[in-house]
Amino acid sequence: MPFPFNMILASSDAAAPMGAEATGGSLATIAYLVAGILFILSLGGLSKQETATRGTWYGIIGMVIALAAAILGPDVTRYGVLVVAMVPAAAIGGVLASRVQMTEMPQLVALLHSFVGAAAVLVGFASYLDPHGGLTIAEATVHEIEVYIGICVGAITLTGSIIAGLKLHGVMSGKPLTLPGRHLLNLAAVVVTVLLGIWFVGGAVSDEGMFVVDATGIILLIVATLITGLIGIHMVMAIGGADMPVVVSMLNSYSGWAAAAAGFMLSSDLLIITGALVGSSGAILSYIMCRGMNRSFVSVILGGFGAAEGTVASADGEQGEVIEISAADTVDHMRAARKVVIVPGYGMAVAQAQHSLSNLTQQLRDGGVDVRYAIHPVAGRLPGHMNVLLAEAGIPYDIVLEMDEINDDLPDVDVVLVIGANDIVNPGAENDPNSPIAGMPVLQVWKSGLVVVMKRGMATGYAGVGNPLFFHDNTRMLFGDAKKSVDAMLGAIND
Amino acid sequence: MKIGIPREVSSEERRVAVVPRTVERLRKNGFEVVLETAAGSRADCSDAKYLEAGGTICDTAADVYAQADIVLKVNPPTAAEAALIRPGTILLSLIWPASQEALIEELAARGVTTIAMDCVPRISRAQKLDVLSALANIAGYRAIIEAANRFGRFFAGQMTAAGRVEPAKVLVIGGGVAGLAAITAARGLGAIVRGFDTRLAVKEQVESLGAEFLVLDFEESGEGEGGYAKVMSEAFLEAEMKLFAEQAIEVDIIITTAMIPGRDAPVLITSGMVETMKEGSVIVDLAAERGGNCALTEKGKVVEHHGVAIIGYTDLPARMPALSSRLYGNALVAMLDEMGGAESMTIDMDNEIVRGSLITHDSAVTWPPPKPEEPSIAPDYSKDFGKRPEPTDEATSVDVPPAKRLPESLSTVIGGIAVVLLLLVIGLWAPASFATHFTVFVLACFVGWQVVWSVTPALHTPLMSVTNAISGIIILGGLLHLSGGSTVSAVVLGAVAVFFATINIAGGFMVTRRMLAMFRR
Repeated sequence: MPFPFNMILASSDAAAPMGAEATGGSLATIAYLVAGILFILSLGGLSKQETATRGTWYGIIGMVIALAAAILGPDVTRYGVLVVAMVPAAAIGGVLASRVQMTEMPQLVALLHSFVGAAAVLVGFASYLDPHGGLTIAEATVHEIEVYIGICVGAITLTGSIIAGLKLHGVMSGKPLTLPGRHLLNLAAVVVTVLLGIWFVGGAVSDEGMFVVDATGIILLIVATLITGLIGIHMVMAIGGADMPVVVSMLNSYSGWAAAAAGFMLSSDLLIITGALVGSSGAILSYIMCRGMNRSFVSVILGGFGAAEGTVASADGEQGEVIEISAADTVDHMRAARKVVIVPGYGMAVAQAQHSLSNLTQQLRDGGVDVRYAIHPVAGRLPGHMNVLLAEAGIPYDIVLEMDEINDDLPDVDVVLVIGANDIVNPGAENDPNSPIAGMPVLQVWKSGLVVVMKRGMATGYAGVGNPLFFHDNTRMLFGDAKKSVDAMLGAIND
Repeated sequence: MKIGIPREVSSEERRVAVVPRTVERLRKNGFEVVLETAAGSRADCSDAKYLEAGGTICDTAADVYAQADIVLKVNPPTAAEAALIRPGTILLSLIWPASQEALIEELAARGVTTIAMDCVPRISRAQKLDVLSALANIAGYRAIIEAANRFGRFFAGQMTAAGRVEPAKVLVIGGGVAGLAAITAARGLGAIVRGFDTRLAVKEQVESLGAEFLVLDFEESGEGEGGYAKVMSEAFLEAEMKLFAEQAIEVDIIITTAMIPGRDAPVLITSGMVETMKEGSVIVDLAAERGGNCALTEKGKVVEHHGVAIIGYTDLPARMPALSSRLYGNALVAMLDEMGGAESMTIDMDNEIVRGSLITHDSAVTWPPPKPEEPSIAPDYSKDFGKRPEPTDEATSVDVPPAKRLPESLSTVIGGIAVVLLLLVIGLWAPASFATHFTVFVLACFVGWQVVWSVTPALHTPLMSVTNAISGIIILGGLLHLSGGSTVSAVVLGAVAVFFATINIAGGFMVTRRMLAMFRR
């Protein structure tokens, strides 16, 4: 049955196979090679702050070369449509990028992921709808598999990223949604997707080895898109707020794999290379985030953490009384100290306290105090989120250290200021094998002379675990909104 | 259980094993306490105070020994005292077993269980019963006081109406507990303080107390077993002596605290160096007991040489008897707790603190104890809180089980088989064009893996936004369908894909540049 929309448009080379290599001559291929190398150099440049800006330029130049080669090549002819599609999009992208608050970076990144996912789904459908000639049965089968995988991965990326963005933006609750039998639901959805895929690939190639585009195929693809889209939604819904760094980097990875799948469909090596780069980058980030929590990737993705099993340890977690401290006393301690370490967490981002904190840091450094920042790998809602916020506030990056760089120094530190962080400074992770976060590497702030914890109240952190740190003899609690507290400290320092 | 405290027999010993405050704690812990009359009289503890704290007073030492299940002493028992101890008694005292063979034999023969408080292992859990550190701390402080007493000037520099007084310069050799205490005391009096130690690990502690740390132009760390210093090489010693000779000319006061376990104290200040010192200078030799760090030191005495006073007192902690007694008593209480307290007093051979300090038990000599499995690193006495910092390589920092995973070997095997199968399938059935693209794909994955690991964690957010931007390269797919598409639907889909991908490219690169511009040193 012929597909009704399948009318031939007036096009000079309508039946030509896709891909620049096939028709564009070797110049385009070389341009894509250069672009691929520039993308690799771009990621390499990001290894250090000094070379990062250069790295971005490599990426931009690579993109310009690739686009120029594609647009000026013989494959792209409908320039009117192109301008209509690209110009407003570039404007939207520019506005988004220049308006976004640094605290909103996680949402923006998630949103951008969803665009890649959307593009991958669309390219997959378009690739299916465009009839191909000259393919062998095996090639056609492989192509259909590529289309199917590309669309499925794209759909998961699309919906998962949208949900992640909504959660990060606070539109949707950060709490994990745990449907009964959710693992079974996921499993069933995956099985159905695979079965549909087999049906789809089997029906796409006719007995004569000809390529068939029919309504059944379209319907199967749409159903698969819906199901994988639901998988994406359900998967991210089940994951709680503080696991978002893993989710966002995982979606980053998926967006790369979706691009790579599109590259296979279109026989474009540049797309494959770029997709693989992005995919492995996201995979590494996910791995680093999981290691930062000592949890396996699977357990994070299966979700539900912090709700179901998180209350076990709190029964014996409440011991003793906390000792409160005033902002003025905190300032006195910090001014008298030689070494101060500040541990920021998501609470700092929520309270937007980074600018006041930067001011405080400057004052203390002017007074001869050695102030440094300690960043836990999973602090915040995005890998490296805290670093960006501190950089935005003008805090020099050479005093912002990673957990591994500073943990050995902490016993030598006089005052540690914990601002809006909880689980990442929980000694229970090291001492209490029954704690849900047991084995998670943490900042060993309790080894320092004095720990001041700035918190709104005595609520547990994301993991739902009581924090024995609060009851230590050398811990003081400074209750209240982080920004207000830091401002009060600034007031005290200027008196 | 009854605890007996006899009066120390040595006429020079002013300390007593427990002060009234300790008696109270022992009583609270369920012990009865019997003291010989006037046991604490030389440490400002009258019998009346002990009675008030709940102790009982006996007239003679013999009475105390006859009643006591546990005897607490400061100095090792003399032969006469040992003869009074009943078989089965537990004795807690300083023993110095290395030089007390006869005494140990005697105690073992009598069936006395002896805990030597000077043999408590130097592990973090044992810090509160580490009497050597407590006494060394007092000795270090007192050394400065003795030096100040002899020294004819202010420690702090002053500008007076009658002229300027330059500050005293103090050199403290050895950065152990005593050395650090001496540095603290000397700084407190306002002197310029220099510290030296063969263990470079001490540098930070010395500097943290406001003293200058003298460094040799030589690379060798003197960190030995159990946090004590070890014997150094010839060349090192030479460089060290040169440094001391230079310093002797400059400084006014030298405090030496260098000791090596089981050996005579090394001679660091020769008589030649003493002669180069200014008249009126003072040397306090805390190693006098073990022969002294200064060639001219005489144990227990003050010697004058070329106008330099060399103080060789061995009883510096005993010169502050009230404080020494109190801290010593606290350590005794902690040790008794460690042994099970009044209810369940046992000698637990598996308790490393008890085992380490156990000298005689069940009529046998149990000293020296078997070697501990790993030597602890140099103790840090500034805190008695929490765990000692461990080296944070992954093997040791995670002492709770890591997240549940398949056994590593099993998952590696399964993964390997899966990869081989996949490659086999592709190799056998996939068309040649796919195999080419697959090659590119796998290689690109490896390149990405290598490149991205070197990205500093601080730049992970920019990394994500850049990868967002370059994954906008999927625009190529949109472009091809937008123009090459033969159906309206394909063109529309392509155009929408181009639209989304363009947002990504523009937004991703711009926001990255915005972020990177903020990172500044």
